[in-house]
Amino acid sequence: MTELERHDYDVVVIGAGGAGLRAAIEARQQGKRVAVVCKSLFGKAHTVMAEGGIAASMGNVNSDDNWQVHFRDTMRGGKFLNNWRMAELHAKEAPDRVWELETYGALFDRTKDGKISQRNFGGHEYPRLAHVGDRTGLELIRSLQQKIVSLQQEDKRETGDYESRLKVFAECTVTELLRDGDRIAGAFGYWRESGRFVLFGAPAVVLATGGIGKSFKVTSNSWEYTGDGHALALRAGASLINMEFVQFHPTGMVWPPSVKGILVTESVRGDGGVLRNSDGKRFMFDYIPDVFKDKYADNEDEADRWYTDQGNNRRPPELLPRDEVARAINSEVKAGRGSPHGGVFLDVSSRLPAEEIIRRLPSMHHQFKELADVDITKEPMEVGPTCHYVMGGVEVEPDTAASSVAGLFACGEVAGGMHGSNRLGGNSLSDLLVFGRRAGTGASEYVDGLGDKKPVIAESDVDAASRRAVAEFDGGEAGAQENPYTVHTQLQQTMNDLVGIIRRGGEVEQALVALEELKQRARNIVVEGHRQFNPGWHLALDLRNMLLVSECVAKAALLRTESRGGHTREDHPAMDADWRKQLLVCVLNAAGDGVDVTSKDQIPLRPDLMGLFEYTELAKYFTPGELADVPAKES
Amino acid sequence: MGYKAKFKVWRGDAEGGDLQDFTVEVNEGEVVLDVIHRLQATQAPDMAVRWNCKAGKCGSCSAEINGRPRLMCMTRMSVFSEDETVTVTPMRTFPVIRDLVTDVSYNYEKAREVPAFAPPEGVAPGEYRMEQVDVERSQEFRKCIECFLCQNTCHVVRDHEDNKTNFSGPRFLMRIAELDMHPLDAHENRAQEAKTDHGLGFCNITKCCTEVCPEHIKITDNALIPMKERVADHYYDPILRLFKRTNK
Ligand code: SF4
Ligand code: SF4
Ligand code: FES
Repeated sequence: MTELERHDYDVVVIGAGGAGLRAAIEARQQGKRVAVVCKSLFGKAHTVMAEGGIAASMGNVNSDDNWQVHFRDTMRGGKFLNNWRMAELHAKEAPDRVWELETYGALFDRTKDGKISQRNFGGHEYPRLAHVGDRTGLELIRSLQQKIVSLQQEDKRETGDYESRLKVFAECTVTELLRDGDRIAGAFGYWRESGRFVLFGAPAVVLATGGIGKSFKVTSNSWEYTGDGHALALRAGASLINMEFVQFHPTGMVWPPSVKGILVTESVRGDGGVLRNSDGKRFMFDYIPDVFKDKYADNEDEADRWYTDQGNNRRPPELLPRDEVARAINSEVKAGRGSPHGGVFLDVSSRLPAEEIIRRLPSMHHQFKELADVDITKEPMEVGPTCHYVMGGVEVEPDTAASSVAGLFACGEVAGGMHGSNRLGGNSLSDLLVFGRRAGTGASEYVDGLGDKKPVIAESDVDAASRRAVAEFDGGEAGAQENPYTVHTQLQQTMNDLVGIIRRGGEVEQALVALEELKQRARNIVVEGHRQFNPGWHLALDLRNMLLVSECVAKAALLRTESRGGHTREDHPAMDADWRKQLLVCVLNAAGDGVDVTSKDQIPLRPDLMGLFEYTELAKYFTPGELADVPAKES
Repeated sequence: MGYKAKFKVWRGDAEGGDLQDFTVEVNEGEVVLDVIHRLQATQAPDMAVRWNCKAGKCGSCSAEINGRPRLMCMTRMSVFSEDETVTVTPMRTFPVIRDLVTDVSYNYEKAREVPAFAPPEGVAPGEYRMEQVDVERSQEFRKCIECFLCQNTCHVVRDHEDNKTNFSGPRFLMRIAELDMHPLDAHENRAQEAKTDHGLGFCNITKCCTEVCPEHIKITDNALIPMKERVADHYYDPILRLFKRTNK
């Protein structure tokens, strides 16, 4: 290799969303030299799309809130499949992570006594989400971005160079992780702008690449969400868990077609918005599952009273966890009670005065006005499910975010376990901060522990990585050449139709056949033009990741013969306690061209955490064997 | 519903380029960015464009449409008549990289020159107390999605390349105002620095920046003018002093 651009760091963070930036800040504060590598410009990551808020049991609005309540809500939301240690750390540390943002300059909305205001959200027992109108994600990204700048200013004062300890490599895509034996040695990628290759030498890599939504047709996710970190981890030898669990957010825009899938924040419901079908009926009352009957109101009067008196009333069913609401909407539309464009009605106009709607939901107001000619202060919105989040991801050590590969860490959406089978709204931003910080610490400690036994990158690995990166320019088999956009569109259609919100065994099998075909066709992709800012080429590279990750989703979805959270099998509609005990684990197959999925046992819930729940509730989820030692407390 | 639209898109790189003609299908409800994506998928797979959210939230897809600085994802095709040619060119103030993608590093350099938020001494995390009315002023500026359309439009840099060294542009002058109005920021003299270090004096309040802001932030009226006034009488500013004191 001649003249390959090379940089050496202690820690390389891939991804510049909330998790990546928080990890980078932490590692830099622990004295490490850190690079952040991201596909977009700095400050554009998908985190900016998060609207509702950050869940943290600060108890500013209802002082009964505490970490135990948050922990319980999180476990219930995930149908107890969650990694309990992650859920525990998350619930305990989220308040500190939010307060810390204020020291970076964040300006949250306030309560009357000047504290951070908190709003209601699906699945959260108390008002818990710190927020800034409906643009909380933007506030989070900007605060972290500005904290990075402030650290760079410190470094400038000390060393004369802003980038001496912390540098952002923007519009740069990582295509391979490099190893020395079985340890991480660095990462290989290209500059999107010039197409030139770049090599990062680093003993520790933190994956913070977000999700996989771009494998689905109707999605709230941006082009960046192509499962890069999931695929990089697999190819580096790490395992993924829970990949069958994909969250379909109940409320995405359905019209006009070009914006189909764009998110409509859950805050609309948290602030009083209701769902109605074409008969004008608030249908969610018909969809309260047994496990939630004692927590959700079964009539409109009680549901409406809850907004002002949460002590004596049960919650409105519009605020059930997302999986429940998404399935309900799906059923209403299928039963022919949908809105004109195939969704249902989400109405806040009849529930709050116009000024209040504009104050609380400014960007929703703007978005509907500009993109759909709908004034949400006067008329209902039309909404339907959209692929939003993947619960599955890299299997990590909860306390350090370490994967099974030495030197490889993962945090945020790309990590698996925290949310179990379904994530609660608001638990994502807090997850990014809690585990971003932990990954930064984990990576720093790992680097410290290495001493001078630093890994080395093999020249031959670099050559191989560069060959793979440009393979698509050489063209596949004559006569069988494919356009990356076409293959991508078909992948999205396949996943949407056959491994979507409601799954059937036969269809998932069909999807797996289709995925094999698409993998074949992807080998014959040819890209036109040259390497300078060439979106066709970028897509071709991202597509490899999407195909690999889609295979994980489909294979795991076929194996899990039950319905739970973000995985609904029409042919196995019940939740099955034996399945709660099992995780499906995906690893790269021996040939390196696909994935193998095996099952393994969950780590049993720690007794003191188990003790936070009533026996009767546990009995709905756990097998009798697992509860043998739990005293059957009276409720 | 669907029709064929005439598009002219600037294609080229730092060396030069020109407007290329396309005829392309347009469907109901689409925005300019949808049409650019259709061109990529069907006629020009290597056409370079930045975008992320497609919902006006990330500020990536800035360009000039029929000469007006706008977000491509928030420009509905229905604002043009069917026989109108839609011309899309990259932002003019920043160097072209390729096609619609420009080098916006000027903005990141300027961002780095604004001294960061200085946390108040002796106030522990979790102890910050601020009134909603007091945070609202800065919150307006924090709605900024960093599309850099205001930076692109401001004549101080658009027409005078060499001013880039001394002028931070509306977005970052507004950032200084935001910190200046932050109830708990401990850094003194921000308004003065806006003048001495960031070129506030270049701004002659034409309000062109405000006009193009997709977030409808009143950059000139609410950020720049108040800051100019504060520089003018910085030796004595009882209101802000009082305001800062009551919040500490
Ligand atoms: S008001 Fe000032 S900053 Fe805004 S465009 Fe005019 S001169 Fe530039
Ligand atoms: S102030 Fe407005 S125009 Fe300027 S960068 Fe921010 S959002 Fe864009
Ligand atoms: S794509 Fe995000 S603002 Fe246009």
